[in-house]
Amino acid sequence: MTPSTPVDGRFGPFGGRYVPETLIPALDELAAAYEEASADPAFLSEVDRLAADYVGRPTPLYRARRFETVAGVGPVYLKREDLNHTGAHKINNTVGQALLARRMGKPRIIAETGAGQHGVATATACALFDLECVVYMGTEDVERQSLNVYRMELLGAEVRPVDSGTRTLKDATNEALRDWVTNVQGTHYIIGSVVGPHPFPLIVRDFQAVIGREARRQILEAAGRLPASVVACVGGGSNAMGMFHAFAGDEEVALIGVEAAGEGLGSGRSSAPLSEGRPGVLHGSLSYLLQDADGQVAPAHSVAAGLDYPGVGPEHSWLKDSGRARYVSVRDGAAERAFRALPGLEGIIPALETAHALAWVVEAGRRGEVEGPVAICLSGRGDKDVVHVAGLGGGDGPGRGWGRDGVGS
Amino acid sequence: MGRAGGGGVTGWDRDRPVEGTCPGGGRILNTGATGGRITARFKRLAAEGRAGFIPYVTAGYPTLADTRELLAGLADTGADVIELGIPFSDPMADGPTIQRSSQGALDQGTTVADVFAVLAELRESSEVPVVIFSYLNPIHARGPDAFIGRAVEAGADGILPTDLPLGADPALEAALEASPLDLVRLVAPTTRPARVRAIARASQGFVYYIARTGVTGARRELRGELAREAGAVRAVSTCPVAVGFGVSTAGHARLVGAAADAAVVGSALVDRLDDGGVAGALELARELRAALDEVRPG
Repeated sequence: MTPSTPVDGRFGPFGGRYVPETLIPALDELAAAYEEASADPAFLSEVDRLAADYVGRPTPLYRARRFETVAGVGPVYLKREDLNHTGAHKINNTVGQALLARRMGKPRIIAETGAGQHGVATATACALFDLECVVYMGTEDVERQSLNVYRMELLGAEVRPVDSGTRTLKDATNEALRDWVTNVQGTHYIIGSVVGPHPFPLIVRDFQAVIGREARRQILEAAGRLPASVVACVGGGSNAMGMFHAFAGDEEVALIGVEAAGEGLGSGRSSAPLSEGRPGVLHGSLSYLLQDADGQVAPAHSVAAGLDYPGVGPEHSWLKDSGRARYVSVRDGAAERAFRALPGLEGIIPALETAHALAWVVEAGRRGEVEGPVAICLSGRGDKDVVHVAGLGGGDGPGRGWGRDGVGS
Repeated sequence: MGRAGGGGVTGWDRDRPVEGTCPGGGRILNTGATGGRITARFKRLAAEGRAGFIPYVTAGYPTLADTRELLAGLADTGADVIELGIPFSDPMADGPTIQRSSQGALDQGTTVADVFAVLAELRESSEVPVVIFSYLNPIHARGPDAFIGRAVEAGADGILPTDLPLGADPALEAALEASPLDLVRLVAPTTRPARVRAIARASQGFVYYIARTGVTGARRELRGELAREAGAVRAVSTCPVAVGFGVSTAGHARLVGAAADAAVVGSALVDRLDDGGVAGALELARELRAALDEVRPG
């Protein structure tokens, strides 16, 4: 079994704390506070209480029978993280970290966001606990996710557009780290994925692990067995780590992470570091990374703003290299078709990020390359993407993206 | 695949430092080469009772030709050590000015090989000590052994990785420490006293004290506590202490020069480069050098 407890802040060789010296005391403080909190029954019961009363957990595990007929594999279960308050899995982490910040006496919260889901979830937790909230967001994402910008502002957060570099999640993360270096004494950085310096990948994974704990119990009840395949989309990889963690010790369960191939692997327009990157250091940890020969970070591309990131969480790199998980990828077009098709089949509009996982199951299912039962993490709802996808045009009507021949091209 | 250090050991074998001295500039046993331009320069400054001037240059900004001219000019203007910055796509410890210069250099197509080439050219005419300033990933991408080899060959004297704090990667740190390059370490205002001592012990050539919690960038004012803090680092360090981040004006240089062994100036020079070209940047360098000569390190 692949060890899932980091040693010296590392998953295998990956992870670590490659940060400016200024942040070292804050990371030490955070690691100590988290260790203490995670052994404190009062803290854990408050996390559980908020999960139930505020977030709306447990989320259902729903069997998607019409989807099964299209995918040619079954049974398929959707873990409905889209039904969480704020519409995605992100809030599992932000409520936990906001509680941690309050415990550490930090009155100010910063966050980065790509699709805006983590920004909204952070703004929500900050409203709940009366914490000041600043969210950094690339200007390209501000444009394609304007609804979420308005939601964050409505929730009392200040959204700071980031116009440097590629103007997406990577650059928003740089700017959040710069803010943290500058205001470290009174500020906690609620990082949105299983990335960043230790202990962030561990903390975010632990707060998201509720997804897989529930799903494992629910599928045992519903199917009378463990799933053969567990599938989730991977950008930074927080919904995937949350889904995978409870199954990591079940060797018979295949763990499959779906990256964004953008316009295709090898096109230079993708967001699939586990599929075509090499290990490198970005945002404080060593992990697979899209980069050139000189170590300059390569621009990522995905139609899904939440996957548009050249790096990935270090635990995923370790799951890949140790062979415990498999990482595949799906192009923009296939994800868009999944986005259009699921609503008409199941009455569920998935986020574009999530649509990558659905698209892969259909592609692999039709080729007979995925074994059921399948559990897919339906990480978020797609309302935020409706305007963007409508603007892309394309001939498929609602529910028709998965006609007999229309998949996988 | 190992840690960021690749587990690589450079095969360099460096003279052990004498107890109570700064572990910089040791003789390299297995090549017979004598490093130590940085240490020699600080010894000379100490003997003369002068504070050192350390300008930072983003290689390739606005062009490589400008960098060549600027480096030669700084060497002539009394720079004691030059920090030569490898432009990086994601400079998370840098403010807007050096973000802009780094992106500008990359937009020009500046490569790591170009940076070493301009350094090698400088070496044809100058012995001024040069520290390579880099984020870790360009070092990791090439492999630390190859990177160090190229840097040494080009004539570098030290290396300052911004995102490699003490203890982050023992194998890589050991490889850098054993190499002919001085591994310059940073101390921040947030660093606790026991760790300040450990960093000061581990640093080679000099210790870099970060003048404020924050990113690089020119400022109007330096913090009032800076002189006392720099003094506290000097008190526990056998290495000279340089102070940077926000040091922008002749007044700042005098304040830092009276409290520490050297002043590092980066963003202010880049700003001047934008406004007045190489000639303008060198004019500021002369003002700063003159200001430092008005005071004696405390």
